[in-house]
Amino acid sequence: MKRVLLIWRKSLNIVMLTLTGVAAFAVVSVLFLILGYLIFNGWRSLNWDFFTQLPKPVGEAGGGMANAIVGSLKLLFLAAILGLPIGLIGGVYLAEFGGKTFAFITRYTADLLNGVPSIVIGIFAYALFVLPVKHFSAFSGGVALAIMVIPITLRSTEEFLRAVPNSLREGAMALGASKWKTIATVILPAARGGIITGMLLALARVAGETAPLLFTAFGNRFWSPGWSQPIASLPRMIYDYAIAPYDDWHRQAWAAGLVLLGLVLIANIGTRLVLSRGGGGRSA
Amino acid sequence: MSSTATTIEQAVPPKAGPRAFAKRLRDGDEIAHLITLLFAASILLITSLLVYELWVNSKQSRAAFGWGFFTKVVWDPISGDFGAAPFIYGTLVTAVVSLAIALPLGLAAAIFLAELAPRQLSDGIAFLIDLLAAVPSVIYGLLGIFIVVPLMRTTVGPLLIHTVGNVPGIGKFFKGPNYGVGFLTAGVVLAIMIVPFIISVSREVLLTVPREQREAALGLGATRWEATWKVVVPWARTGIMGSVFLALARALGETMAVTMVIGNDPKIAASLFAPGYTIAAVIANEFSEATGDLYLAALIELGLVLFLMTFILNGLARILIVATERGGGHPS
Repeated sequence: MKRVLLIWRKSLNIVMLTLTGVAAFAVVSVLFLILGYLIFNGWRSLNWDFFTQLPKPVGEAGGGMANAIVGSLKLLFLAAILGLPIGLIGGVYLAEFGGKTFAFITRYTADLLNGVPSIVIGIFAYALFVLPVKHFSAFSGGVALAIMVIPITLRSTEEFLRAVPNSLREGAMALGASKWKTIATVILPAARGGIITGMLLALARVAGETAPLLFTAFGNRFWSPGWSQPIASLPRMIYDYAIAPYDDWHRQAWAAGLVLLGLVLIANIGTRLVLSRGGGGRSA
Repeated sequence: MSSTATTIEQAVPPKAGPRAFAKRLRDGDEIAHLITLLFAASILLITSLLVYELWVNSKQSRAAFGWGFFTKVVWDPISGDFGAAPFIYGTLVTAVVSLAIALPLGLAAAIFLAELAPRQLSDGIAFLIDLLAAVPSVIYGLLGIFIVVPLMRTTVGPLLIHTVGNVPGIGKFFKGPNYGVGFLTAGVVLAIMIVPFIISVSREVLLTVPREQREAALGLGATRWEATWKVVVPWARTGIMGSVFLALARALGETMAVTMVIGNDPKIAASLFAPGYTIAAVIANEFSEATGDLYLAALIELGLVLFLMTFILNGLARILIVATERGGGHPS
């Protein structure tokens, strides 16, 4: 009886452990198969026109997404100049000045804001900047992305500032530096690599966002001068082209998907490699 | 959590009184404090403004439909009659389906990575999985349209209909016409998207379980599996729950990928093969074309509902994860 039980337990052990291995293998291989498919299809469809031409009118084959690439860059630029400073300085507060209760509430709110579905952020930016002027604009899209950048930057900045050893703070203060001088000249430079990494990851994250742009930046099949016109973006183009019934558009959607994926992955891999080498901790 | 902060306070002797304050003011510390405080407080401002805008702009819809909004099945923009039930149903069903697929797979994979795989292999795979979590959702939607939908229509769908469809009880969920798009397809695509999340967070939580717990179980004669399943996993339970809630919140709020594969039809159907609609998808599709204030207000009220759902889930998730990290003796 006891022996039977032992055999049962041992076989259960082997079966279940094998199953976990199979699950890990299955998940990883499925995920990479589909990405491989994207790279295969995207690479086949990618050509020089994609980067240099405007979209062709419906029905005409060819054309590219030059305006969407520039549009995405413009939106990211807005997100960066509006969102990054707020996140950075707020992060300094949380790590260096923050009291107990207020810092806790801020941190918690930032995490919650980070979890708000991006489509809801889109509604918010719409209500703030589109509704009053009654037209879509690049600016409102940039604001929507900036709102998503802020909590990510805030938390990563805080994390990297906390990773700076206290001996540096104590050393600077012992030399008579005031607190803000300590932060500006010693602490921030020490955490610089990590903070910049966090910012890049935040931008990489919003670079692929489509939902908040649907009714803020909207979309555009032409160049969009200035900041107050509807503007094209790469993710939005992928969406439009993928659900359209034209084969040529599907081909371009794959190409755009590959370009977008390439940008996001390069930013992620690059920053993570720098981080792991610098040993400046890890952002979640 | 605030261990660093307390040491700084100890390093700088607490100064009280107006003279000390004047010195800090002269040094610029008080000004720096105030400025950074304002920037940090902007997070609170943005979040409250977000809630305020959603609330104010959905006023017309709330006034017109009241609580009935949540139970009404009609969505008729032409006659101006709006109900949220089909969208809430679709959102919940797709999230539950995705979790039913992703949780067992993700947890098993996390157990393998945390407990069995050599550390280097585990770290390498975790790195790749983290990259997958960074892939934009519109790309998952693209893959969903061109891989998952055809697969569902030609292979998986018919297979399920002919096997599980005949099982009494649960059979009714797997019956009916199969178009390729629908609740199940959306659930599968969502599962692909949230699996990296579940693996990543669960693995980290499992790794925080003290070694002694495993050693004690193994020392008492438990097999490796028993030590894992009866000691390590229960120890990490709250953290794993946290990861599940985070994943669920993400699945609920996911827009693009779902919009592209769910079929966009505001109906409540028992069959998982039926096309449906989710809150996020209807906002994405109809918001910029909404004519009339009531239509727009109804969509914004849907946004408010979605916001509250994810807000509550995320709140719970954070509490659970913080609780595990504290319970595991790991200050964050």
